[in-house]
Amino acid sequence: MKLKRSWYVLFVAPILIPFLLTVIVPFFRGIGFSFVQWNGMSKTPKVFVGLQNFADIFHDGRFMTSMGRTALFTLITVVLVNVIAIAFSVWVTSEIKFRSPGRAMLFMPYLIGGLILGYVWKYVLGQGMTLLAANTGNESLFFNWLSNPKYAFLAMIVVTTWQMAGYMMVIYISGLEAISTDVLEAGRVDGATGWQEFLHIKLPLLMPSITICLFLTLSNCFKIYDVNVSLTGGGPANSTEMISLNIYNEIFSQSNFGLGQAKAIVFFFIVAIITFIQVRVTSSKEVEI
Amino acid sequence: MNKPRKIASSALLVICSLVWLSPIYIIFTNSFKSREEMYANAMALPETFSLRYYLDAMNRLDFLGAFKNSLILTVVSVALLIVFCSMAGWMIARSNGKVSRVIYAVLILTMLIPFQTLMMPLMQEMNSITKATGLQMKDTLGGLIFMYLGFGAGMGIFLCYGFVKGSLPKSLEEAATIDGCNTWQLFWHIVFPTMKPVLVTLSILDVIWIWNDYLLPSLTLKSKINQTIPIGTQMFFGQYTIEWNLAMAALMLTIIPVIIFYLCAQKYIVKGVAAGAVKG
Repeated sequence: MKLKRSWYVLFVAPILIPFLLTVIVPFFRGIGFSFVQWNGMSKTPKVFVGLQNFADIFHDGRFMTSMGRTALFTLITVVLVNVIAIAFSVWVTSEIKFRSPGRAMLFMPYLIGGLILGYVWKYVLGQGMTLLAANTGNESLFFNWLSNPKYAFLAMIVVTTWQMAGYMMVIYISGLEAISTDVLEAGRVDGATGWQEFLHIKLPLLMPSITICLFLTLSNCFKIYDVNVSLTGGGPANSTEMISLNIYNEIFSQSNFGLGQAKAIVFFFIVAIITFIQVRVTSSKEVEI
Repeated sequence: MNKPRKIASSALLVICSLVWLSPIYIIFTNSFKSREEMYANAMALPETFSLRYYLDAMNRLDFLGAFKNSLILTVVSVALLIVFCSMAGWMIARSNGKVSRVIYAVLILTMLIPFQTLMMPLMQEMNSITKATGLQMKDTLGGLIFMYLGFGAGMGIFLCYGFVKGSLPKSLEEAATIDGCNTWQLFWHIVFPTMKPVLVTLSILDVIWIWNDYLLPSLTLKSKINQTIPIGTQMFFGQYTIEWNLAMAALMLTIIPVIIFYLCAQKYIVKGVAAGAVKG
């Protein structure tokens, strides 16, 4: 028995020690930090302020706006990504030529990473657009998206959709390929058209994949950071700052460690609640045959 | 589908895929152009293929150094994650005690915590560890690898646990035990090789994550000698002073290794990403 226990420790400890020190301990320390006022300097004392930080969050206009903005961004992007991904996946699983290279190319942006993608598009929608306007003289069609708050927000949506649609497509493809050909055959015998087949056979059977994809897009969009930093940097004039960037700025730029951490705790609860509700709602819609 | 529609659909797919990747094409062509040429026509092919900006960008970025750092960081972290997660995942899955159930539940639940919630206290914790043990945790690759082990534990153990429960026959292990294997031999000779499919999936997911990760390294790696590729690339994008020729060459330098990796391991990557998500 004792021997068994030492084997257990030997096998589990190597990963559990870093896990405890990088996730569990910081999580609880973080809760502690949310009750103090502190500028992050080891010399300055941490002043206990109770729930003051949490009360302050609700008077922080910049944070509340960025919260609303992130919610709107998430809503639009989640719908766009999934609609495009489902369309792509049905398209590249149909019997056409070039479907493999097509898949590969549509998926590629996901591998490059948000920071780099953001910079790529920063050129395309910023500098590139400005140059095109100068080259063509058509300034109503080509203009710098990133210097206009509305278009900068739109740019965030475009780039995130571009990054994630291929990733979700891959998941939907594996969902579509799992649908048995018998079912599709039966549908065709009954005279289902392509559109009917999609709507009444493929889509309902795709529900498990939709659950997964909604979960992934929802949490990824809500936590968006890299693209935000590189594409717009939150600008112009903080008009595209999402929650993650707001928390980062509060802590590391403004040096309000306590308030920033309180925001981070609130952020955690929102993410947890949203994903919980979402998984609950969509799993109840799954069908089995 | 009838033939004309099939051809139209195929052609449309080709066009759509090319348009989809056009931003990368734009960066690629412009990375060869001189400033004047770029201003004259942003969309055209360059007149001469000069690698000048690539060489400049490589020097400025210390590309080889950054590439080496990214490579060490990714390879060591992923290797350790595979070994440690498969060990722990197997052990936890095979012992149904209370401890195992609690560990597993905590690992899964904490996957929900956004990194932003942990980043500041994490940095404080790393300072505390340094103070207590004298080990430099911040601004070292070793410290960062340690943190990746912590953050990768949840998904790693989740995937390995699922594999052991779902597709690893217990009889195999029992037979080996009867043949006189101890736990260590049992794991390395029987269990670990059988877990290969899930470990391939796990390493693909972890490589994509760690190679591209920006926020965590940006918090810990402050000195130039330790910088990774994303951190180095970011230097070209100071707010008001972007030298676009260099910046675009730098972007291509970071994108090309990813494309090569993708071309070499495409089958595994696509499968791995799909499998990882489905189990997540």
